[in-house]
Amino acid sequence: MTTLPQSTHKKLGLAIDLDICVGCHACVINCKEWNTSNYGAPLSDQDAYGAEPVGTFLNRIHTFEVKAADKPAQTVHFPKSCLHCDDAPCVTVCPTGASYKRVDDGIVLVNESDCIGCGLCAWACPYGARELDAAEGVMKKCTLCVDRIYNENLPEVDREPACVRTCPANARHFGDFADPDSNVSRMSAERGAVPLFPEQGTNPVNRYLPPRPKADIQTDGDIDILAPFLDTGSAGKSGSSTGSTSTSAKGLLGWLDKALEAI
Amino acid sequence: MNKHIQPDLDTSPKVSDEIRKTTCYMCACRCGINVHMQDGKVKYIEGNRDHPINRGVLCAKGSAGIMQHYSPARLKAPMKRVGPRGSGEFEEISWDEAFQIASDWMTPLREKHPEKLAFFTGRDQSQSLTSFWAQQFGTPNYAAHGGFCSVNMAAAGIYTMGGAFWEFGQPDWERAKMFMIFGVAEDHDSNPIKLGLSRLKERGAKIVGVNPVRSGYNAIADEWVGITPGTDGLFILSLIRELLAAGKVDLDYLIRYTNAPYLVNCDPASDDHGLFFYDNDGKPQVLDRATGEPLPFDQQGVKPELATDYTHKGTLYRPAFQLMAEKYLVDDYAPENVSERTGVKPETIRRLAAELARTAFDEEIVINQPWTDFRGEKHDKMIGRPVAFHAMRGISAHSNGFQTCRALHVLQILLGSVEVPGGFRFKPPYPKPVTGHPRPHAKPVANSPLNGPHLGFPQGPEDLAIKANGTPARIDKAFTWENPMSAHGMMHMVISNAHAGDPYKIDTLFMYMANMSWNSSMNSRGVMDMLTDKTEDGEYVIPRIIYSDAYSSEMVAFSDLILPDTTYLERHDCISLLDRPISEAEAMCDSIRWPVVEPDRDVRGFQSALIQLGAKMKLPGFLNEDGSAKYQDYADYIVNHERRPGVGPLAGWRGEDEKGSGRGAPNPDQIDRYIENGGFYMDHIPEEALFYKPWNKAYQDWAVERGIFDKPSPYTFNIYVEQMQKFRLAAEGKGELQPPDHLREQLKMAMDPLPTWWQPFEEALVDGEEYPLHALTQRPAAMYHSWGSQNAWLRQIHGHNPLYVSGEIWAEHGFEEGDWAYLKSHHGEIQVPVVRMDALNPNTVWTWNAIGKRKGAWALDEDAPETKKGFLLNHLIHELLPPKGDGLRWSNSDPVTGQAAWYDLRVNIRKAPTPDNLQSEPEVPAQKSPVGQGPKNIRYGKDF
Repeated sequence: MTTLPQSTHKKLGLAIDLDICVGCHACVINCKEWNTSNYGAPLSDQDAYGAEPVGTFLNRIHTFEVKAADKPAQTVHFPKSCLHCDDAPCVTVCPTGASYKRVDDGIVLVNESDCIGCGLCAWACPYGARELDAAEGVMKKCTLCVDRIYNENLPEVDREPACVRTCPANARHFGDFADPDSNVSRMSAERGAVPLFPEQGTNPVNRYLPPRPKADIQTDGDIDILAPFLDTGSAGKSGSSTGSTSTSAKGLLGWLDKALEAI
Repeated sequence: MNKHIQPDLDTSPKVSDEIRKTTCYMCACRCGINVHMQDGKVKYIEGNRDHPINRGVLCAKGSAGIMQHYSPARLKAPMKRVGPRGSGEFEEISWDEAFQIASDWMTPLREKHPEKLAFFTGRDQSQSLTSFWAQQFGTPNYAAHGGFCSVNMAAAGIYTMGGAFWEFGQPDWERAKMFMIFGVAEDHDSNPIKLGLSRLKERGAKIVGVNPVRSGYNAIADEWVGITPGTDGLFILSLIRELLAAGKVDLDYLIRYTNAPYLVNCDPASDDHGLFFYDNDGKPQVLDRATGEPLPFDQQGVKPELATDYTHKGTLYRPAFQLMAEKYLVDDYAPENVSERTGVKPETIRRLAAELARTAFDEEIVINQPWTDFRGEKHDKMIGRPVAFHAMRGISAHSNGFQTCRALHVLQILLGSVEVPGGFRFKPPYPKPVTGHPRPHAKPVANSPLNGPHLGFPQGPEDLAIKANGTPARIDKAFTWENPMSAHGMMHMVISNAHAGDPYKIDTLFMYMANMSWNSSMNSRGVMDMLTDKTEDGEYVIPRIIYSDAYSSEMVAFSDLILPDTTYLERHDCISLLDRPISEAEAMCDSIRWPVVEPDRDVRGFQSALIQLGAKMKLPGFLNEDGSAKYQDYADYIVNHERRPGVGPLAGWRGEDEKGSGRGAPNPDQIDRYIENGGFYMDHIPEEALFYKPWNKAYQDWAVERGIFDKPSPYTFNIYVEQMQKFRLAAEGKGELQPPDHLREQLKMAMDPLPTWWQPFEEALVDGEEYPLHALTQRPAAMYHSWGSQNAWLRQIHGHNPLYVSGEIWAEHGFEEGDWAYLKSHHGEIQVPVVRMDALNPNTVWTWNAIGKRKGAWALDEDAPETKKGFLLNHLIHELLPPKGDGLRWSNSDPVTGQAAWYDLRVNIRKAPTPDNLQSEPEVPAQKSPVGQGPKNIRYGKDF
């Protein structure tokens, strides 16, 4: 069993916007790409070209259908990685102290040299956010790119997690949830952000921004704006036969005459 | 309890030795990438923040570039076939031997019958070079893959408005307030679209997705219109009808910038029926309201009528606008009458029309930027109509696709929303009038270059590629009466025509980067049979096949000679303004690829190989006067080739002073300048020239300075396409060039100069009760065609492809989780796993495209899920329509452009027993892998 710090100075985490996530998997793969070559052991892939390819990923996207009565079914893309919980059960369950939460910024990490690969933390995590790397035998999880966000070898603008930097839809935002004026705190307040499974008592740091209310759609049938002005009634200027043309075409031609005069 | 122990971490580890900036090629989007190198290996690839296309972001495919670059499926050396075709048995040879074989095959053809070489280049991003090579060879048989991709979208855009979606234009993401997106694959142009959708959302714009399937972009749309496949044109024409009936069209825009006021000959007996009224200078005439006299359309101060009769020498003329209004203001297009076919409620159609009108006209944008139009008239502001549209293959890959795409463009134009703030904007070198493009050329002469570019935009029957004896000049039968405006050629017909010897036999089929024996052909099984079929004397019916690919694809196995290409990180390329540009609406841009890693195999960039082969075969454009090779490789060509004096493949840093933009002498250091600038070049358009580009004097002058045109080329948009009417006149028996009788009715219907809709051909021919469902494919965001399955990371996302079945069909057939089904079309039957999906048009089934693989291909295990559960819908699609009973076989394609009508497929479904071996059917026997199989386990990154 391992203790959590009583509090952390910052609460770094992600605000993930479900209103704009199109489920493209950019974050999933860019995360894999950065993290397989950086912090800790590589993220291996077993049977990589075979019948049952399965590898270690720190971030995955799940796709759901939401069905409500009388409405067309909706597709929701839900990216999921470690939520860096304040009351992280993956830390408290760790028998060796390998899992820990950083006092400075609240990031939950695994000290791989102390990890025995017992898997208890993955079992304790209600979000399924940890994956045991089959090649290395150690537990892997989102580090919030701890080797990017403070990295003085990167330009300042790039000191953010790889998934945030790469997201083409700008659906992922990184910041300090302990600071009420941070980008992620303000965004969360404005958009009514939600924690995932609050009933689990984990106090996750990451927040999900729910889909915005759909843009104002007039109810079908309210079509005033298209009310035809064709009751002006005048026929086309030529008055000639317009063959199979319906009356509305004649009406349009009458309107045209006036409208062109006004230009 | 363990205490909280926090180890010391190095939070500033080394990132890489060096960043090399080049252009991605994990799809056709062409994003800028930063390739981080460490110890000579690729460590990390990220988006280039300065790049105009992706501005720093990068999709899943781009982020998985490492796995493509180091893919076990990479070909290693040139190869010649030693086993039977299709077996995959090869022997590695040297490049010298490969070139000698290729030259020995092709040189004799050039000396006698250049057309016996068919050179088709698939997903080529170097068509400016490959078409030049084919011209120098002299064969008329050249095209890339547009005919089976999105030629309807491109051609309809160019004929209607002198530009098209994606590469030639973009929505005004920063100003649009309503955006409608129709049938767009999520793997193309995806980063710009995602960036744009995000901007729209931030600004509170409304997004409407029109697509039978609610995935990807449609999932985040504010409103989803789950339309029935093949009916988009009818839906759009109904919107047009509603807008016309309500007078919600931009009349000022229409009379100034379109051919809506052009006078059209309305005398059915006239030889010029349906053509415009021209003055003696050849200028189309409009009827001036002030004088009641016809005047040239471009005369300053002219005030055209849009609806009136004008009689000249006994012939009646009416403005094109009037013909359009009369055509659409009929009950056929009333929302109530299109609702059942389209699956869209009439009130939804009316409301969407109303929302478009309200947004376009009540939310008008005004930018206080003076500008001057081509008539010389000065304007003190720019008026914007903030409704924007985007569409791609979903609406175009139908037999009514061209006219559907035309309808969409006419809708945009009626709303006054093209090239204005908030609407759709062109990217240089577009806009460009359709008359400013080449026309097709197809007259081979032995030992000579072709008489001009192969592909182009026919202006009338005189531009068809038909021989004096009336037979098609091209092997793909492009530019014939069956499909007169096949502007991208018809690569999908090459193998079946070559196999049939119709219109003639060829000798050598030379292809690049197109998986024609598998996912890029309709009727894949049939194509494999055609490629392996032999004559009575034991020779292959298609005698020789040369193929270039970087990877061990299915097509490799069916080829006789393989020229191995490099990966995208090992090559030179130019993304040229002469080809498929990467410009932005506010800047002219182009870019390069350069070898950020040297190949570790005996491979060459295809373009370099082609140039070297061209010199060996003594093709005129590739030799100096002394007979020596003109270009060493593609890099040399990119820098030194000039298409016109001072205009070459790359626009940036031209001339001795390196200040030339678009124009200037070749600069030997040009590629270095591109590399220093991050791999791309960008030249911003001045404020005064940012909108109204086809009519804006400042833009036209700017474009001429940069070599986009040699003289200002303003034009009007074609609500009414006169070129199409010329083909209709021929079908009516007028003019010297006459179609065969059996095509007259089709031409009269298809070549309507105003957008129209007809029932998709396959649907019209099969029994709707027997085949009640539509079947489609879509491409996922994380895969590019067949390429992604060799990628260890991407194949974990899309490793197999179930058939997605609507909730209605699921319930009707009593499917349960894990079930399999037989899916049957008029052409074939497949056995596949099914999955329920409710966010789907109720009469539609679909699957991901090109996930299914042949055993032995792509260095995958023969039991890989791609080969077991994975499948192709292609087996159900035939390149010909079912017999009509007239003794003829009609092509399953659009009758205007010849585009393959993939999405017209009709099927039925029934429950199948779950196969014991969980193997989809048909199962194609394995090909031998010339590259072995990928490693069992990988740990990429362990070296860093």
